[in-house]
Amino acid sequence: MSMLSSVQVALGGPMPDMGLVEVARRRAVVRDSARRSIRRRRMTGHAMQVICLIAVPIGLAPLVALLIATVAKGAGAVSIDFLTHAPTPSGVPGGGISTAIVGSGEIVAYAIALAVPLGLFIALFLFERPGGVASAIRFSADVLSGVPSIIVGIFAYAVFVERFHHVSNVAAGFALGVLMLPIMVRANEEAMRTVSIDLWEAGVSLGARRSRVARSVVLRGALPGVVTGNLLAVARAVGETAPLLFTVVSPAFAMTLLIFNDATEPFPDAQQTAWGTALVLLALVLILSVTARTVAWTLNRKTR
Amino acid sequence: MKRHGEVTNPASNHSSDPRARVENRSGQLARESKLPADRLDPRTHGTGVTLDNVSITFGAHLAVRNVTLQMPARQVTALVGPSGCGKTSVLRAINRLHDHTGGAVRGTVRLGNLDVYGPDVQPEVLRSRIGMVFQRPNPFPTMSIFDNVISGLRFNGVRKKRLLREMGVAALHNAALWDIVKDRLDQPAVRLSGGQQQRLCIARALAIEPEVLLMDEPCSALDPVATAKIEDLIRHLSSEVTIALVTHNMFQAARVSDTVAVFLLGDDRIGELVEVGPTDGVFDTPSDARTKAYVTGHVG
Repeated sequence: MSMLSSVQVALGGPMPDMGLVEVARRRAVVRDSARRSIRRRRMTGHAMQVICLIAVPIGLAPLVALLIATVAKGAGAVSIDFLTHAPTPSGVPGGGISTAIVGSGEIVAYAIALAVPLGLFIALFLFERPGGVASAIRFSADVLSGVPSIIVGIFAYAVFVERFHHVSNVAAGFALGVLMLPIMVRANEEAMRTVSIDLWEAGVSLGARRSRVARSVVLRGALPGVVTGNLLAVARAVGETAPLLFTVVSPAFAMTLLIFNDATEPFPDAQQTAWGTALVLLALVLILSVTARTVAWTLNRKTR
Repeated sequence: MKRHGEVTNPASNHSSDPRARVENRSGQLARESKLPADRLDPRTHGTGVTLDNVSITFGAHLAVRNVTLQMPARQVTALVGPSGCGKTSVLRAINRLHDHTGGAVRGTVRLGNLDVYGPDVQPEVLRSRIGMVFQRPNPFPTMSIFDNVISGLRFNGVRKKRLLREMGVAALHNAALWDIVKDRLDQPAVRLSGGQQQRLCIARALAIEPEVLLMDEPCSALDPVATAKIEDLIRHLSSEVTIALVTHNMFQAARVSDTVAVFLLGDDRIGELVEVGPTDGVFDTPSDARTKAYVTGHVG
């Protein structure tokens, strides 16, 4: 009706009824308001853009400064010998950090062996059996991820070192595993959540057992997120120092402890070693993060 | 890709009529297998679905009550009615999908002579006899086209490569998808168009050789051309499998179904079955006044 009537009005046809006049008035109000508001919105938009442009360098500055400082002070220390030789006693020049790299690797391996499977199974449980128990587990995971890492270190000390009367990489791995676990659980659960219920039902309707659907549909669909989340959790844990304080034999057997120890020594050589170790650690974490992204990207691309 | 392309399918005899293909396929199977011929004769086999006084509740909410309905073997039964009157709930009661979503089913559901909710029935085994096609196409996005088709077989423990290939190719033929996908079986399923994805889902459901195919508004996310193709498919498939089709498109029900079951909301907002009968009869001379209003487009 309105199209025909407006044509008639435009052509100077029959007098419009009062309803049509009212519509025209309301239209004018909306158009006027739109014209005024678009000017205001444009200005707000520009202002926001400027704020964002200022915020980016402020946010990135610490990261860039940290990278520059670490590379500048650490690059001189890093060499093939540095990576392949054992540390020398304090004050004795030379020596490398091979034992610390191997030790850190071993500790992280134990942590992964503990946390990755546990994290997967807990997340699957949360996905498969939502309800009171699941909520309690989720809450516990959130609390656990908020526990200061030094306390986790003390916990590992109480569980392993006090009981078996010696410090060990297993104890340190346990501490890191406990730290990683809640992050992994939540990351895995988030990833599984992205698998739509439609796919789950498709699997079940084909006669698959729930465990099979969990594996072939849910876990497979969540894989990019699971891999990314787990690798990032590992990257976080690699850099932890506090949980290792009570659990590792000597600073020479974990990179972060070596940094902590050597940086507080009065000898320039030791401090140089600390910077070098920091650079190596940073590079390793960077490699882990890049790997995480690449794997996720590759897995995702296959499904497109 | 070559791997699948090399397969020569018993059904790939360039006939344009899928019905002819179906019969040829049965003949071929009869010759190959040791089963007595009558078990493979499409005219003597088939499994119907019987609902006897079925009510479905979700928690304290009664969704649909006292449904008594026979779905004859190798026919299309359309479940029609407005949204929220329990059509889909009834459909999902047949393959026990409510087991996982908290719906409680009372009354008796039978697949052939089998009590679907009987104490000895394993839901997984039951579901391997029933295919299901959902409202939105839901191919597994992590799998290739061909892996999607044979996923149900894999889920059910079929491992032999030759068998998987044969049955997968046959299912693609039956879903009228072979010619479109034969050169890109290894591509991700999600690259297909919406209508093709839905036919892929039908192929996936057909690959497990179901006796009954449940279709929950299979065309609601598709354009008219894709819809017409699916409807063709439904007509052809009904010579082999029993089809239960939920739709709220009355025209679709009229076009493809043999029997139509009309669901409406009762005065107390609980879904109920108000009329069942041969499609022509229900549309031409509905016996229930409410059905009449609904099928003629005055209500709903």
